[in-house]
Amino acid sequence: MTKIFKKLFAVALVTAPFFSEAADSLIKEATFIRPDAANAGLKLPAGFGALMYAENLGQARHIVVNKNGDVYIKLARLKNGKGIIKLRDKNADGRSDDTSGFADYGGTGIAIKNNYLYASSNTDVYRYKLNANNEVENEAKPEHIIGGLISRGQHNTKSITLDNSGNIYVNIGAFSNSCQEQDRQNGSKGKDPCPILDSAGGVWQFKADKLDQTYKDGVRYATGTRNVVGLDWNTEINELFVMQQGRDQLFQMWPQFYNQKQGAELPAEEMFLVKKGMNFGWPYCFYDHFQNKKILAPEYGGDGKKIGRCAEMQNPVVAFPGHMAPNGLLFYTGNMYPEKYKNGAFIAFHGSWNRSPEPQEGFYVAFVPMKEGKPAGKWEIFANGFSGVEKVENSRDVKYRPCGLAQGPDGSLYVTDDNKGNIWRIIYNSKK
Amino acid sequence: MKKVIITLTLSIVVVILLWAQPKKPLATQQKKSTTTQTKKSTAVQAKAPAGAQASIERGRQTYSQVCAACHQKDGGGVPRLNPPLIKTEYVLGDKTRLIGIILKGLNQPIEIDDEEYTNPMPPQSHLTDQQIADVLTFVRNNFGNKASAVTTAEVKAVRAKT
Repeated sequence: MTKIFKKLFAVALVTAPFFSEAADSLIKEATFIRPDAANAGLKLPAGFGALMYAENLGQARHIVVNKNGDVYIKLARLKNGKGIIKLRDKNADGRSDDTSGFADYGGTGIAIKNNYLYASSNTDVYRYKLNANNEVENEAKPEHIIGGLISRGQHNTKSITLDNSGNIYVNIGAFSNSCQEQDRQNGSKGKDPCPILDSAGGVWQFKADKLDQTYKDGVRYATGTRNVVGLDWNTEINELFVMQQGRDQLFQMWPQFYNQKQGAELPAEEMFLVKKGMNFGWPYCFYDHFQNKKILAPEYGGDGKKIGRCAEMQNPVVAFPGHMAPNGLLFYTGNMYPEKYKNGAFIAFHGSWNRSPEPQEGFYVAFVPMKEGKPAGKWEIFANGFSGVEKVENSRDVKYRPCGLAQGPDGSLYVTDDNKGNIWRIIYNSKK
Repeated sequence: MKKVIITLTLSIVVVILLWAQPKKPLATQQKKSTTTQTKKSTAVQAKAPAGAQASIERGRQTYSQVCAACHQKDGGGVPRLNPPLIKTEYVLGDKTRLIGIILKGLNQPIEIDDEEYTNPMPPQSHLTDQQIADVLTFVRNNFGNKASAVTTAEVKAVRAKT
């Protein structure tokens, strides 16, 4: 009997160092994040998994993840008096277990740059200092960076992104569908020139650290963007990219030129590479992804074929089917996903409402493989299943609507839904 | 080699243990979808007064041609953009205001049930008094709504004042 113990003791002595290493790796494996059953309702490419990071937060619009893993989400409307939600995963199971909130304004934009958290209402942009412990220093008193931006109902959300040279870019959407004399009226002509473009329908550039700026302090960086809710700075080529939401209702307003099916499919939703001074054509032109060119809008004399002044307008880098409402854009720079995804673009499509009688489309996250700012392949659906139904006939039937995208420090992708306020976290299971 | 085997074995055990945990999110999801279903089934179509039946049928045509693109086939609207027509004060309440919205459009964001809707509605004054009376009678007696018919005389009176 003692012999056996002696033998066991000897074995234990010899293998002890291995056990301690095994214990280390055990800890690592225990913190390895596990996807939810059925990937929390999402359909994903092989090797990817999803989990519900948080639920029922309210109208969760854009999202950002700090370098320590803290998640900040901008709510369109206040919930329990809070407009920014902060989430933290304390027990390291990959899901939020600590929720708090601050900010007394609703809005869409949120971003982190150089230890500041930036957030926007529909008229203003604020920033909060993040201290050495990655905490917002003063939740009640942010610095007021930009104010007085136009907000007139339609397309009034102010998405933001920042470059690496101290500038912030703000989407100021056009408060109109196509700059008609009577907005959305059958047969109403377009105003020419469109006066909206002086203060909206473009992307404005401001200083990221200057207080109380307004229009006169900013630069109209690009014009002719109807509404670009999704925008992101591409660090690979150091340029701004935005997602254009094309105009609505070609058939309802111009049935002499467009049938119902054409009205459902046109115009394209477009991804633009934005350089200073560019003009993307709204309201005069739109992109027809069947003819592969910008054509003249019927409000300005177009008939579905004429090009006219649109020959001078910038074309998209990528064109998507009409009305799918891109609301989030993110260039992936993480290391978790396979090589194919590096520097490619993820796009959150909020989903259409005006493709009837065709089924409504969108309600998914798409991916475009990209190299040096150019598409390196066809766009594809990356995460689907948000709508919760096979075919969307009525807008109300949709369960969840993808809106914002963010990348975590580990390379996971976070997706917000602004219908219920659910947050998905999508991981790649390379450790299997 | 031994190290690898031990690590692997331990990892497998941990993974199995983690998998064996109850799967909470699924249960939560099931619960939600049941609530949605209950909500829908209570929205039973209201029966219209017999006299208005012909008007409702004509109104149904106008609705699908003129209104459904924005307010959707089910009258449910589009979240935050186009207002719903289901059981709202705008539809069931003051007929003069309702007729006025058709004739003059609505160019201000409005609030319904603590939600803001931002898309403008263009005037539909090109519709005849009969078409407006029909489509409003249809809307007031469909999508779970039940309210009195709108007459051409009522539309005419409002149009005279606009």
